Amino acid sequence: MHGTRILDEADRLMTVCNSCRYCEGLCAVFPAMEMRRAFSDGDLNYLANLCHACGACYVDCQFSPPHEFNVNVPKTLAVARAESYAAYAWPKALSGAFARNGLVISIVAALSMAAFIFGFAALNDSSVLFGVHTGPGAFYRLMPHNAMAALFSAAFLFAILALVMSVRAFWREIGTPIGGRADGGSIFRAIRDAGELRYLHGGGVGCYNEDDKPTDRRKLFHHLTFYGFLLCFAATSVATLYHYLFGREAPYPWWDLPVVLGTLGGIGLIVGPVGLFAAKMQRDPALLDEISYGMDVGFIAMLFLTGLTGMLLLFLRETSAMGPLLALHLGAVFALFITMPYGKFVHGIYRFAALVRYARERRSETGS
Amino acid sequence: MSSKYDVLVIGGGNAALCAAIAARRSGASVLVLEGAPKFYRGGNTRHTRNMRCAHDAATEILTGPYTEEEFWEDLLRVTGGQTDEVLARHMIRESKDILNWIVEQGVRWQPSLGGTLSLGRTNSFFLGGGRAMLNALYLTAERLGVDVEYDAEVTDLVIEDGMFLAARLKRPVKGETEIRATSLVAAAGGFEANIAWLKQYWGEAADNFLIRGTPYNRGSILKMLLDKGVQEVGDPTQCHAVAIDARAPKFDGGIITRHDSVVFGIVVNKHAQRFYDEGEDIWPKRYAIWGRLVAAQPDQIAYIIFDSTVVTSFMPTLFPPIAGQTVAELASKLDLEPAALEKTVAEFNAAVRPGTFDHTILDDCRTEGITPAKTHWARKIETPPYLAYPVRPGITFTYLGTRVTKEARMLMADGKPSANMFAAGEIMAGNVLGKGYAAGMGMTIGSVFGRIAGREAAKHARN
Repeated sequence: MHGTRILDEADRLMTVCNSCRYCEGLCAVFPAMEMRRAFSDGDLNYLANLCHACGACYVDCQFSPPHEFNVNVPKTLAVARAESYAAYAWPKALSGAFARNGLVISIVAALSMAAFIFGFAALNDSSVLFGVHTGPGAFYRLMPHNAMAALFSAAFLFAILALVMSVRAFWREIGTPIGGRADGGSIFRAIRDAGELRYLHGGGVGCYNEDDKPTDRRKLFHHLTFYGFLLCFAATSVATLYHYLFGREAPYPWWDLPVVLGTLGGIGLIVGPVGLFAAKMQRDPALLDEISYGMDVGFIAMLFLTGLTGMLLLFLRETSAMGPLLALHLGAVFALFITMPYGKFVHGIYRFAALVRYARERRSETGS
Repeated sequence: MSSKYDVLVIGGGNAALCAAIAARRSGASVLVLEGAPKFYRGGNTRHTRNMRCAHDAATEILTGPYTEEEFWEDLLRVTGGQTDEVLARHMIRESKDILNWIVEQGVRWQPSLGGTLSLGRTNSFFLGGGRAMLNALYLTAERLGVDVEYDAEVTDLVIEDGMFLAARLKRPVKGETEIRATSLVAAAGGFEANIAWLKQYWGEAADNFLIRGTPYNRGSILKMLLDKGVQEVGDPTQCHAVAIDARAPKFDGGIITRHDSVVFGIVVNKHAQRFYDEGEDIWPKRYAIWGRLVAAQPDQIAYIIFDSTVVTSFMPTLFPPIAGQTVAELASKLDLEPAALEKTVAEFNAAVRPGTFDHTILDDCRTEGITPAKTHWARKIETPPYLAYPVRPGITFTYLGTRVTKEARMLMADGKPSANMFAAGEIMAGNVLGKGYAAGMGMTIGSVFGRIAGREAAKHARN
């Protein structure tokens, strides 16, 4: 017996699957399962986070519902995965944020945006807030650069700390039987597997979402979202370097690197989340973890809002809408940062850790 | 759905879909009638995982060549010569091309699965298993414009002078109707799920059989065809049957209820007596005899008895073994006479000769002085906990069928070929398999004769 009902069910399914093994060519979950004959909580959380929810094993399974064996691996592992985020959350006191996560994210986002708007309004008179500002340093007329940098660095560092502590707990529990070390080769393999979403491909035929036909496009939309996010992050990083190394202040002209990166990333962050949200709406209810619906949609919405407010800010930065839009954008980014360790964002971190573990298990099995 | 097709395919598994696709690709209009609901479509194909095809060289997924001649020799051995040589050799020759043809229909191969290394050279495995294979075939058929009806129970066939005219069918929502077609492909499987029919040959023992596939394999089409003058082939008592866990559901337990542990212990009946050499031959070759062996025991039940030293020697099982700290405790949990089981185990242990255990070859671990002997892999059962799996006969598929030519055309009882009726898959497997079984052959029969039947049926329809 395990700690939770969902882990008991995951254990039952892995016992069924381990005596069948027809799905071992579909993804990493089943080969990892085959390396074990019994499953600890850590093993099951590892397998749950290794699953990319492509849906192929459900469509291919001769024992999926309505069969009496009732084998539904994608849904069971999705629920287990979501519960694992709360189980490893740091600090423990905040693990409750995963329950009713959509509500938590919305409130934090609304409060952050409101705080920036009211903050701007309180610190500046309305002629500044609604004024037209152009040229280098225009943004900092609303909020001094150092204040902005300090606030966002603090939020970001907190997020990093909380994420590191959570993943550490996860990593420790999935450490057996090969120990906690992660070698460079395994990390490199995992970066490739995560970067190309190797296991979001239904074993090669494509993923399943709305029905039993492999017509799903989530991989494309996830790539747009993820690489959009990375481009935006790169834009901010380059701008920070510009600011401190070269003394060049934002906003930058449209052809300059931070704006080009940010624009491309922003497009990804608008199109990607819209596509993922549409896919979520179409998903076969049999595969959907409806308990995590709020968390999933909350995260998608935050990414979308970040992209949208950023793009609007770019287009309207020379108008009087710049002030309010900057407040909204900063609010969205701030909320995204501080909720990162307590929402769907963590899926990427946990899955990456699971992929490293899997790469390492494969290497130790083949003796390379 | 129109009411007149070039080719009507009855059945929804591998053979039926290969026939439908081949006929459609030859330009025929095709309707597939599957008697089961959509989830259970495909009969036994749902539970398959590989196909045995001849090939002259190793491929990406096959570790070495498997020549036509070697395939033929394997078939000869498992059937004890009870096969139609012309048909069988034709099937083996055609199987070479099936390896590629089936991929063109969207099916994907993968190397042999964990726990099946012995089949890595001869058998090609479906990526994702039999249901994935079926899904691919259905997708291709639908894309090509084949019509498919589920829950379509055929209640009668109109056949005159060996000529198919129409099928009557009953559907839960749309009611009864009649479908006419120029050619018929019967690919509706055997009668393994029809307990009443099994009882005609096996008596009350059939009540204790477990059926590994869906309850929809009732053999109603086979029965209609035989009743309407099609020549029958095969021994009705012959079937592919293996020993499966007695705790499995009555129907559709599939692959996961099987046991690979026979060679690692002893097998006793309800009187705690051994009844067959558990170490007769390398396990995969003898896998298929244990269903019939258990069927011949009282109450059709047996127990694989082993000890804690071998639990990791075979695949993990769906149902955990039943355990006892002593042989007597184990016996009482199994409802066996404790003294009898203790005596059987003690006599077996005393008869075990020293040897070097190696389950991958016919090793020299054997017994002396007991009957039946265990001729290989015999090791003492002496390390508690003592463990057991209860097993019953698991019927996979039956061999009674319709006689066909190598064009898959049915022969009538008077020896004349039917004008427009073809058969493929399990419904005609008895032409090739008089008895015995080797892994993956059922799918070979299905795909090869399905493709031939579809092609020939379309040719007839378009002439």
